[in-house]
This record gives sequence, structure tokens and C-alpha cells, in this order.
Amino acid sequence: MLMRMIPPRDGYGKALLRLCAEDSRIVVLDADVAKSTRTIWVKEQFPASFIDMGVSEQDMIGTAAGLAMTGMIPYASTYSAFLTGRAYDQIRSAVCHDNLNVKMAGAHAGFSVGPEGAIHQSLEDVAMMRVLPNMAVVVPCDALQVEKAVYAIRDVPGPCFVRFGREAAPVVTDADTPFEPGVARLIRDGGDVAIFANGIMVYEAIKAGEMLAVRGYTALIADIHTVKPLDAAFILSAAEKTGAVVTAEEHQKSGGLGGAVAELLSENAPAPVMRVGTDDIYGESGSPEDLMRKYGLTAEQIVASALAAMAMKRRG
Amino acid sequence: MAGLYFTGIFKCSPEYPDAPGRDRFIMSKGHGVPALYSILSRLGFFGREHLKSLRKIDSLLQGHPRYGATPGIDFSAGSLGQGLSVANGIALGYRRQGLQGRVYCLMGDGELQEGQIWEAALTTAQLGLHQVCAIIDNNHVQLDGSTASIKKMEPIADKWRSFGWHVIGAQGHDLDDVQRAYRAAMAEMRRPSVIIAETIKGKGVSFMENNCEWHSNAPTREELELALTEIREERSDPAAKMGVAVHHGLRLKERA
Repeated sequence: MLMRMIPPRDGYGKALLRLCAEDSRIVVLDADVAKSTRTIWVKEQFPASFIDMGVSEQDMIGTAAGLAMTGMIPYASTYSAFLTGRAYDQIRSAVCHDNLNVKMAGAHAGFSVGPEGAIHQSLEDVAMMRVLPNMAVVVPCDALQVEKAVYAIRDVPGPCFVRFGREAAPVVTDADTPFEPGVARLIRDGGDVAIFANGIMVYEAIKAGEMLAVRGYTALIADIHTVKPLDAAFILSAAEKTGAVVTAEEHQKSGGLGGAVAELLSENAPAPVMRVGTDDIYGESGSPEDLMRKYGLTAEQIVASALAAMAMKRRG
Repeated sequence: MAGLYFTGIFKCSPEYPDAPGRDRFIMSKGHGVPALYSILSRLGFFGREHLKSLRKIDSLLQGHPRYGATPGIDFSAGSLGQGLSVANGIALGYRRQGLQGRVYCLMGDGELQEGQIWEAALTTAQLGLHQVCAIIDNNHVQLDGSTASIKKMEPIADKWRSFGWHVIGAQGHDLDDVQRAYRAAMAEMRRPSVIIAETIKGKGVSFMENNCEWHSNAPTREELELALTEIREERSDPAAKMGVAVHHGLRLKERA
């Protein structure tokens, strides 16, 4: 099957143009990477709604906090690694502590910025953002969902972090696919194993579902785009139905989607959980595809994890 | 702070502490908030009975200022160096909405060692946010000793000037001089202004002056009595006019 490929960051730029056209409260901030994050489109078409803060991530977040205090809705944008790492204290104490209505976009997330090397690759951002009180965390699966998510969070009061990739990536939804923050999206029903994925790993999970079907297993596949607040009812019901769970994300195994699902299940409905993600390790330079393969972010790895989870279930 | 709040310069009413477009006071050096609480309670933002609950469980008055928790508090401080960025953001929001409010941001001279302040100082000047007025409490002392001995910040005025700011000097303990500085800042319609207020930590109390041991310590009852007596004496003694002498040395007197 030939997939349609669109850079997820294009979805960010498109949503911002729509928001700026209809809402005078929107202010888009960037930290000197406007071309990369596509906020340059806002700069060109709505210059009054755009501020380039220069190479100053901490100052950008503080400024966004001040704007939010006056009723504006700032979208602060830069590479996810620098947004969440460099400005962590500002996000924690100036934004989340006061539950301010600041939207934060982590672009070039995961391995999508591959050739730049490990420092640019954000594989810890979801964990760091998820632990902050008041913060919502959304990891959309393709460019269309990025666009819908960035638009939708305007109407969800409070801080929100959205992360997405740089390179053209498979489009696995269409214009009519619904998106609601905090509501998991069932892609395929099944009874043997539940696969919870987000971001670019949704595409790999769909492929894994087909590979498992060939082996005679039916996999329930869901897009858990909102890591916080987690759709607990959906996840618990899917885990109870299948009794075996796999999570898949372009992120460290700890602290992200895998961590959130494991925490929820261990307290409410214990079931074997196998996590697909990077394993407590930094990346390196390389194409995103090569990095995904080398570090185990593949459909094959999801299949292997599903088989392991089902074996654990059988052992009881 | 007294020069702002008790002179009519600062436009914010205790009846409407959340009024849009009000002047805002960003206490970036959040550890100094007890002084602000005292002022806010005298102005009626909250009852004076709350002062005794400072730093206690369920108190309206947190150890560091908490936005939304206390009427009149416009910013949650505690992690130093963040206030000026937030002040800029408020000024930008006001400008975008055509609101006239001014934003004051109080920082310590030791706090200026935080890099974010200088990122923010560039932003204020770049965007021409003349509604922003920074105040430096230049007391030459930080937690671990004298600022000069740890990380020298002088010449502070030259630094701000080179960052594109309108620099105003003031004697921080002289109410008239501080008012003059605020009015000079208001008259500047092109650049942001910074008031560098020369102050003495623990001013007027012999065993506290310039002694960093008193950065956050509370006095005993006897020490408090002595301190209040000394302050009253200095106030009535014309020879010890407030804010004249600035003593840059660090006296590390042992606590009595």
C-alpha cells in the first residue's frame, strides 16, 4: 500500500493559520526556528500575531506566561528537546504551577531530526511534561491529527504540550477522522492483545496488527494520542478484554505512554504490559528510518512484544 | 515598594485586584514577599490577621508569592530570574489589547546572576516595551556573602544601558527620591526603564545591616524589640537621614 506522506510540522503551521485568522487572542512565539516549525507561515500572513524571541527558550516561556495572564493564548514553539529541557523550570513554575493557558509545541520530536544527532532528539519530553501538575500532553499520530489537535487545544483551558515530528510521515487518518482531546481512538478491535500507540508508532502498530492477523491473532489497536489526561476507562476496558498489553511510542520506555499505561493497569487491572520504545539510551546521527530500525521502534518489535505479552498471559 | 504603593503611582485597587489593564507588580525576588504582604494588608487587599499565618499550613500567605492564592499578588516567584520575562509578556498582552497598565518588576542584584534576566532584558528593549519598569534592589549582598566577592555585578547601570534601557539611579531608602525615579520612568515613552535603587539590607538595625545572615532569618522577640527601637530612633534623628549612606562592606556580626 502506498502511503500518503506529510511532515507533521505542516499540520502545526496550518492549524496556527486557522487560529490566527479567527481568534485575536492567539500569539505565536518561536525561538529562532520559525522556518523549521512552520511558524514562519504565521509570520508571513499574520505578522501582528507573531513574535520571534530569538535563541531564548526560557524567556519565550516566561513571556508566554505573561501573555496568558492578560487573557491571550500563546503558542510557544521550538524543538521539543530545547523547549522541554532548557525551559523546564519556566514551564514548571511560571506556567503549570499557575495553571496558565499556555500552549507549547515540541517540534522535531523523537528521531525525526535524525541527522542532527542525539542532543536534538527528544526522547524524554513526554515523561518530563507528563509529571507536571495541570499539564495536558498530546502526541498526535500524523500531520492531519497534529492540525486537529493544535486547533482543539485552544478550547481546553490550561497548559498543554503537543509534540510532533519533522520528516514526512505516513498519514494514517483522514479529514473526517474524529479527534477529541483525552478520548482514545479505536483503530481496530481484537481480543488477543491490546496495542496502545501514539505518534508515528501508530503506523507501526497498524502494520503489526496485520502481521499478527497472519499468525492468527486478533489485536485491538488504539491511538492513545492524549497521554495526559489518559483515557483510563478505555484502556482498562481494552486491557481487561484482551489480558495482554503492548505500548509503542517514539520515546524512552520509561515515563511516557508505556509508563502511564503500566501505572494505570498495575493499580486497577494488572495485566502483562510490554513496552516498545528506546531503552534508556541516547540516539545518534542517522536517517529517522535507520534510527527507528536500530533502536527497535518497528512493527516487528511490536509483534515480538505482543507474542511475549500473550505468552505471559497464558502462563497466568 | 512603599514608593509605589503608598504614593498613588501604582494603579490597582484592593476592591478590584483582578481588574484587566491594572498596573502589575512582579516580585521576581520572591523571598522579599513578607514586605509586600505587609503593604497589601495595610491597603486592604486582605485582612491584617492573615499576617500571623505566614508560611503556615493552609495560609493565604505562602513563603514565596503565589499567583491566584493571595489578592494583589501578580506572579508566583521562588525560582529566581523569571519575573522580567513574565512582565514583558504582560506588557505585550496589554499592548495587543490597547490597555494602558504598567508593569513593575522588582529584582535583586544577586538575582541578576540568572541568565534569563538578560534574555528578557534584550526582549524588553527589542520590543520597545516602555510600560515595563524594572527595579533593582541593589543591596550588594546575596545569600552566601557580598555580591562583589561571589559574582561581581557592577557596573550594573552600564550593563542595563548597553542592553538598551533607560537607566535611573535612586536612593532606595529615600521615599522622595524613589518617587522621582518612578515618575522619570513613566515619562520615558520609547525605552523600558530600570531604577537601580541603592539599598542597605537590614537598614536601620545595627545588627542586621549588610549582614547576609539575616537574609531569611526571623528575629527573636528581644531582637525584634531592639530592632524596632533602633528604627524609631533613626527616624527621629535628623542626622541619620534615611538613604544617605550606602555601606558596601559586609559586616558579618554574629547574631546576638
